[in-house]
Amino acid sequence: MFHSVDNARFGDRQTWIKILARAPEHMLESALALVPAQSRTWLRRPETGLFMVQGRVGGTGNRFNVGEMTVTRCALRLACGTAGVAYIQGRSHHRAEMAALADALLQTDQYRPLIETALLEPVSGYLNEKTRDQARKAQSTRVDFFTVAREAGDPDAEEEGA
Amino acid sequence: MTAPSLVDLSSIGRGFEDLALDSQAVFRQVLSAFSKPGEIQLAATDIESPEGLHPAAAAVLLALLDQDTRLWLSPAFTRGVAGAYLRFHTGCILTDNPQAADFVLARPDDLPRLSELSLGSEEYPERSATVVVQVDDLNNKDGWRLSGPGIDGQANLNVAGLDDSFLPVWRESQLHFPRGVDLIFTGADRLVAMPRTTRAEA
Repeated sequence: MFHSVDNARFGDRQTWIKILARAPEHMLESALALVPAQSRTWLRRPETGLFMVQGRVGGTGNRFNVGEMTVTRCALRLACGTAGVAYIQGRSHHRAEMAALADALLQTDQYRPLIETALLEPVSGYLNEKTRDQARKAQSTRVDFFTVAREAGDPDAEEEGA
Repeated sequence: MTAPSLVDLSSIGRGFEDLALDSQAVFRQVLSAFSKPGEIQLAATDIESPEGLHPAAAAVLLALLDQDTRLWLSPAFTRGVAGAYLRFHTGCILTDNPQAADFVLARPDDLPRLSELSLGSEEYPERSATVVVQVDDLNNKDGWRLSGPGIDGQANLNVAGLDDSFLPVWRESQLHFPRGVDLIFTGADRLVAMPRTTRAEA
């Protein structure tokens, strides 16, 4: 099922599914336009639902329900038998379908190099750039909090003790 | 749990083409089957049922299972991809314990003892197990004589693989009426139901 040894750049399927899930629609469209139309069978038609997102957002490190997000998923199978799946944020059935198609194509020896160079590389570059942008913006508003250590002989403490 | 954690999707066939309409059509067939015990219904679907699982059995389970139902598979089915197929398409819970199952899928030769399955409670008899038995052939030529609600007089049912020795087992499961189990026999693309109200004689 996995062809992780063939190519180390985008490693295993988990890595590229993660990239595909975040790929913008126009990048998926332009890359898949390079591939001849594939006949496909739906294993699971695109369907939209809610996922509860949990995160360790509290101070104590326990899991906590952050909120629900909309997720669209689908699974399809190409004529050659390769299956592709996609879970994407949002409600775009079209984008989920393209992501699943790209996932399936990436598992075929024939189209893997093409999809890697035409899709995964630009998208991962775009995503890295976006992350860096966000980090830059956050950095520019960073505030370093520091606490002035109280000197010995705290007046409040003395009052209480008195 | 028997649920495989990682399933090769390329081995899983297509489910209902139109999830809403096709499952409603199959549900209607199941409803008709339970309304008229002993009368054979056709479950016409174009699903790609997994190897070892007949189209009618697969269609019935696809229509009835959801993420809240527990399904027990007999040993004949745990070997194949039937469990993975049903779980992928319905999200059902696969259980190792037949007593805890809402649905049971079995062949005649590895059918668990019916009275040991979930029979529901006096207050909620409908919470009992529904047993889908996949058989090689079923027809209305002689065989058991069925009578009871939904049957005009008498009906004949012949189920391949289950002979008259099944009848005491069936009667035993009916002793605690209204508690009891309901049976669906499926063969290829056909199905027939035997609810707990149906009396069967040799």
